[in-house]
Amino acid sequence: MANAIEIIEVIKRFGATTALESLSLSISDNEFFTLLGPSGCGKTTLLRMIAGFEAVSAGEIRLFGQNIANLPPDRRPVNTVFQHYALFPHMSVLDNVGFGLKMKGVDLAKRRARAGQMLEIVHLSAFADRLPAQLSGGQQQRVALARALAPEPRVLLLDEPLSALDLKLRQTMRFELKQLQKDTGITFIFVTHDQEEALTMSDRIAVMSAGRLQQVGTAREIYEAPNNRFVADFIGETNILQVEAQPISQDLTRVTLPGGSTLDLPAPPTASGQHSLSIRPERLSLDPQGSLTARLEHVVYLGTDLHLMARLADGSPLVIRMQNSARTALPNEGEEIRISIEEGAARLLAD
Amino acid sequence: MAGAGPSGKSGKDAAWAPLALPLMLPTWAVIGFFLLLPVLLMVVYSFLTKEFRGGVIWEFSLAAYDQFFISRGLFGDEPASIEWTYIGIFWRSLWQAAVATGLCLLIGFPTAWFIATRPPASRSIWLFLVTIPYWVNLLIRTVSLKFLIRDNGPLNEFLMGIGLTSGPLPLVNTNLAVQLGLFYSYLPFMVLPIYAAVERYNFALSEAAADLYASRWRTLREITLPVVKPGIIAGCLLVFIPSLGAFLAPDLLGGAKTFMIGSLIDEQFKGSQGNWPFGAAISVILMSLVLLSLLFYARAQRSQK
Ligand SMILES: Nc1ncnc2c1ncn2[C@@H]1O[C@H](COP(=O)(O)OP(=O)(O)OP(=O)(O)O)[C@@H](O)[C@H]1O
Ligand SMILES: [Mg+2]
Repeated sequence: MANAIEIIEVIKRFGATTALESLSLSISDNEFFTLLGPSGCGKTTLLRMIAGFEAVSAGEIRLFGQNIANLPPDRRPVNTVFQHYALFPHMSVLDNVGFGLKMKGVDLAKRRARAGQMLEIVHLSAFADRLPAQLSGGQQQRVALARALAPEPRVLLLDEPLSALDLKLRQTMRFELKQLQKDTGITFIFVTHDQEEALTMSDRIAVMSAGRLQQVGTAREIYEAPNNRFVADFIGETNILQVEAQPISQDLTRVTLPGGSTLDLPAPPTASGQHSLSIRPERLSLDPQGSLTARLEHVVYLGTDLHLMARLADGSPLVIRMQNSARTALPNEGEEIRISIEEGAARLLAD
Repeated sequence: MAGAGPSGKSGKDAAWAPLALPLMLPTWAVIGFFLLLPVLLMVVYSFLTKEFRGGVIWEFSLAAYDQFFISRGLFGDEPASIEWTYIGIFWRSLWQAAVATGLCLLIGFPTAWFIATRPPASRSIWLFLVTIPYWVNLLIRTVSLKFLIRDNGPLNEFLMGIGLTSGPLPLVNTNLAVQLGLFYSYLPFMVLPIYAAVERYNFALSEAAADLYASRWRTLREITLPVVKPGIIAGCLLVFIPSLGAFLAPDLLGGAKTFMIGSLIDEQFKGSQGNWPFGAAISVILMSLVLLSLLFYARAQRSQK
């Protein structure tokens, strides 16, 4: 598949601060690609450089193979859904949606028809004549989406477009956005700091932190096989245990868990000495023959799930997630419990 | 961000409702006494008979309006025809005020834009600098301007000094001098409202326009100007209306050929040569003109929507 966007060793500095440090990334055509990371990690900065609002300090951005460094924003076949929508307040919804086409020189009749079509897709046909101020936040968001899609860009950039919406609406919009991307075949680059959003919508996710790329992969890869401690911690919930690692063969490493029992993991022989081990809470279970011993501190009731909060002998906390079922016999708080680790669930992390 | 939705009446507002009328009384009293009453007085005076040496005789008369619109020759014995003298003065005043407003807009818009796009901390310093000349009385400023542009003033000496002109440019007593004077008098009234509008302008809108293939020029024309338009209109009104009735600048900087309405009205109320009803009538005509054009403008705005 052709690459829609190639980011090659891009650096971005603002005066003395470096917002992005030598970042390289390829995004395929037709992909729903998500940039995920905590506030201030440089997601918006990267998006703005792709759109053309910021110049790169070093490196290169290619759009379908062409270096776009010298193209101003109005000459890039890329459209943006802005975080706060940036709808034109003096224009009707229909004129907002038709603006890009007008600037491209499409005649009035054609652009009205196309804008009307776009409004239909986002279920806002009835609001065509309203001003943006007369719409709810969710409706404004959909106008912004229709406006950015109307000129049929090759790449659509979305900067946290759902962050201002309430939970219910956010969930429907996730589904609609994903569907829209499939239907149009446009490459979406979606920015969010919400990992659930990223996991449910994306073909691939790039996890960023402090201006650096931490890991790129599918939702499953990132969740199941985090590269490092940051990714493991940021995506979903995880238990991090301090373990002693000892290579025993070419691709097997033996780790000593708190409490003394051992576990053999596939890991490169470089992993030796003190390390972090990540285990997802849902891959732990109560088991009288389990290899870990802990004291149960309390039980958190989450409806479909239960979280058992326990503490290991070395004092580190451990969370075990289990399905809520009437048949589950729960130990009492304060009791000693034994826990087993699902085969292949533990992962040695690079710090 | 798009503006907030229409604000509903909160419980607090409702609790204050019965007090609304008495609380507004002082405002109404001030407006009534200092605005409505004088205007009413002017309208009444314009229909009274003139007293020599100033003042009025309480006797209904249309003489003032007759004098303004109708000519009967030097001795009042010719057939009635339209009197062009005063209409001409009105026309010239409109023109002078329009040019002054245009000049203010030309200089004021970039100035306001510049200030509004500085870092927030330095904006107040720039605004402060704009207002400094206005600490000095308008009369003194206008006289100083005259000193600056007169034949052997600094401006002409400078121009001759660098060899740009061989003799002094005759600036004083020209239309240009009056326009410059008006421009200088009212420039801040243009800068401040435009500044307020640009400062509130969301520059993400310009980015959104550029993102949707608008060039810089089209972004300015299609997005920025329409969004800050209320500020521009407020500035133009604040400059145009006082320029129309100004008399200091035309009196001090202009000559007989640049006579404006303000000076004409001023003359009617001064000394024994005055004619109060005539002065009042000119004021009423001027005021009606301004009000009518504002009404037309508001109508045009509404039908555009
Ligand atoms: N115009 C600028 N001038 C100086 N520093 C900037 C500028 N824009 C961004 N930065 C800095 O660059 C870093 C990355 O900012 P960016 O806006 O890309 O973060 P983000 O990942 O989008 O965060 P958020 O989730 O809060 O939107 C931050 O440290 C920020 O302070
Ligand atoms: Mg951001």
